[in-house]
Amino acid sequence: MKTLTPTVLGPLSDIPPGEGRTYAVDGEMIAVFRLRDGSLRAVSAVCPHKGGPLADGQIDNSIVVCPLHLFAWDLATGCSQSGQAPINVYPVREDEGQILLGE
Amino acid sequence: MTQRLVVIGNGMAGARTVEEILARNGDFTVTMFGDEPYGNYNRIMLSNLLAGVETEEGIFLNDLAWYQENGITLNAGVKVERIDAQAKVVHDSTGVATPYDKLIIATGSYSWTPPMKGVHHPKRGYHQGVFAFRTLDDTRGMIRYARDHERAVVIGGGLLGLEAARGLQNHVSHVTLLHAMGHLMERQLDPKAGQMLQASVEGKLGIEVITNAMTTEILGKDRVTGVKLKDGTVIECDVVVIAAGIRPNTEMVANSGLPVERGIVVDDQMRVEGHPDIYSVGECAQHRGNLYGLVAPLWDQAKVLADHITGRNPDAAYHGSKLSTKLKVAGIDVASMGLIAPESDDDEVIVYNEPKKGVYKQLIIREDVLVGAVLVGDNSKAASLIQHFDRGTALPEERAELIFDIGGPAGEVSPAEMADDAQVCNCNGVSKGAICGAVSAGCKTVGGVMDKTRAGKGCGTCKPLVQRIVEWANGGAAEEDPAASWYVPGVPMPKPELMEAIRRYELKSVSAVFDKLVPGGEHDAKSKMGLASLLKMMWADQYIDERDARFINDRVHGNIQKDGTFSVVPQMKGGVTTPAELKRIAEVAEKYRVPMVKLTGGQRIDLLGVPKEQLPAMWADLDMPSGYAYAKSFRTVKTCVGSDFCRFGVGDSTALGIAIEERYQGLEGPGKMKLAVTGCPRNCAEAYVKDLGVVAIDGGKWEIYVGGAAGAHIRKGDLLTTVGSADEVIRLTGRFLQYYRENANWLERTYAFVPRIGIDRIREIVVDDADGIAAALDAAVDEAVQAYKDPWKERAEPVTPGQFRTSLPLTVLPQVPVRA
Repeated sequence: MKTLTPTVLGPLSDIPPGEGRTYAVDGEMIAVFRLRDGSLRAVSAVCPHKGGPLADGQIDNSIVVCPLHLFAWDLATGCSQSGQAPINVYPVREDEGQILLGE
Repeated sequence: MTQRLVVIGNGMAGARTVEEILARNGDFTVTMFGDEPYGNYNRIMLSNLLAGVETEEGIFLNDLAWYQENGITLNAGVKVERIDAQAKVVHDSTGVATPYDKLIIATGSYSWTPPMKGVHHPKRGYHQGVFAFRTLDDTRGMIRYARDHERAVVIGGGLLGLEAARGLQNHVSHVTLLHAMGHLMERQLDPKAGQMLQASVEGKLGIEVITNAMTTEILGKDRVTGVKLKDGTVIECDVVVIAAGIRPNTEMVANSGLPVERGIVVDDQMRVEGHPDIYSVGECAQHRGNLYGLVAPLWDQAKVLADHITGRNPDAAYHGSKLSTKLKVAGIDVASMGLIAPESDDDEVIVYNEPKKGVYKQLIIREDVLVGAVLVGDNSKAASLIQHFDRGTALPEERAELIFDIGGPAGEVSPAEMADDAQVCNCNGVSKGAICGAVSAGCKTVGGVMDKTRAGKGCGTCKPLVQRIVEWANGGAAEEDPAASWYVPGVPMPKPELMEAIRRYELKSVSAVFDKLVPGGEHDAKSKMGLASLLKMMWADQYIDERDARFINDRVHGNIQKDGTFSVVPQMKGGVTTPAELKRIAEVAEKYRVPMVKLTGGQRIDLLGVPKEQLPAMWADLDMPSGYAYAKSFRTVKTCVGSDFCRFGVGDSTALGIAIEERYQGLEGPGKMKLAVTGCPRNCAEAYVKDLGVVAIDGGKWEIYVGGAAGAHIRKGDLLTTVGSADEVIRLTGRFLQYYRENANWLERTYAFVPRIGIDRIREIVVDDADGIAAALDAAVDEAVQAYKDPWKERAEPVTPGQFRTSLPLTVLPQVPVRA
């Protein structure tokens, strides 16, 4: 996991269940996903394969599928399931209705 | 409670069964016995080892480390001498008694030696220079010996004998193949095919073949000098390989008092008759009177046994296998399935014979079902024939299509001949080497390899080749992918079962389907889109629309482009527009500085490169409905100018195209649906190659074609029917589309769906209403049409927070300050 200064991204209600949204934090693009099991995941927003917007991808409770070429990454570890480069993962959680990125 | 499982036999069946049990998390401590002092190897590959194209390491399926890793006690080189079923103990050759709770017998077969004088040496077992061809040790001995000798004779002209002969050519200068029957491979091939094979083996490979050759004696005192045939002929040689057949290894089992006829008698759960805790699989097992010596049935048996013994599915049952083989025999393509000769006058026999090329094909068809086929010299159609044979699917009226690719892609290349860096998947740039790499890394199913490498995940045309390479890399056959028949990969059910369950439990949202129908309730990203489409089709306006189940295209009603922007394609029914509309489109394009304005193949205007956040404003400025250039849905109806201005037009194709588009716009389905109406058979709108194409013919009539394609696949549609009015065209169009929506697999376009069901059958249902469901289809499609809403109306009020918020690029995102 990459370390980041704790940052409030905004209200949890900005992200519909099962979807992701992109945030620009300190010059980095970070996609935050709200899983249907209620938990949050944050990964780098740009697909390392051909730059696809990962926040537009479909997710389940473990992976995100890039919308451009359907390569998949593990949301918890950032590892590719299809032999691509890994993506960064960031600590993220909910704090009183707000999305809190970083430890 | 952990049970003790003992497995007698460490060959392909025994080890495979244990693998299947482990895969189901069976709670057992496993002890295995194997005659041979090795781990588990692929016996089929011994011929490759003999031929020098495979190494010993390469043929091992599980090495000794695998047994350790899985906590299996392997007694390699230890023979079980007796089973005491009463005491539930097996006694082995080292004097040890091993108790069991469950026992699996997978003792396989031994190589059968026909009665011949001089075959055995009184002191040494086989005469020096005489070999069987069954085990790794046999093969090693044969290679060692043959290296220093010159002339080999192989006894047995079946598959194994042919492979042995081919392999021996690597080590000796002259090989003679003797076969006691009238033609080679008489169990699999008819006489003509056998002769064709013989001609190829002799002509192309230089192996001498003698049929009707009964070997009666091995000559030579200390070492082999030749063999003698029944008619007195003597053939000089210094190596003899016996490959005359196999017999099940059941002696010990019979001596232990278990039921043995030709093989060990088992029931549909692979349980030995009368012994609920003893099972048998593989070549030694006799199921419903049959013994199987091929790999595919063995795999089926292993799965049933594993399902049953682990309690995963106690009712799992093996119903026997339909036997088919597809292989290279000594370098020559051979495939065989079912009957090799007709059994009655009504059996339809189709034969193609081209002796010069060594090509022979024979089909036997009974009541429109393929009951037998033999192919020699060209296996390009084997896979589809095996499928027809296994499933009894409808055959094309044009029988020649079964044995030739008519107008299809050029002949198939064989994986063995391809270079490692040859590109197989031209969409995703995947090489043969990458596919083989995935297989050797442990991915044994076609679906698994496709997921891993993305080969075949583009346009899909290379899928058959990917399948052949995976099969080849696996040593003959890919493992069956249980998910292959599922509608979506994450829900273990084929479409009819899935629909039944959805109806029974009234599951109206995608997450409800996962929660109810997937063991463990696991959600699956890759299944969401297919389920969303299916549920919407089934429930129409009652469907609970969870937006995350949609692909991004369907969330923002535009097609995502390579840079993360979207395209805007306004509806232009039948390709007709007006100067006013054109002006408006031009103004919008200028206002938003659209980087590219392009005409699509479906006669519409595409505004490309639009950032997501600008979509709603552009739709508002355009004030035109969505043209559906993105979804798995009804797309467009291409038309020609028809009778309005054309000198040749015999029907008003433009008006009919507009009417069809107006009615069925936005209709979702398992794949996209592209239509066309053309005003005369000159076919300017290309209706013959559409999912549904309508062609005006003289006399006020319309022909309806279905199942055409001119994309990744090219196919001329089949004539569904000819009708006398535009209204009838519209009605049958809806009925056909609804039948397709209800019955096609996810992402199965009509060009695959129509031939799978068969045009005659579709005509029966859609036109003649033979099944009495026409009214229901009409009603269902009508309901879907009524539920239609223009998705671009969502511009006024986003359905989800941030629906049109960009995911790229950086500059326009809301910047979040970072606290120091």
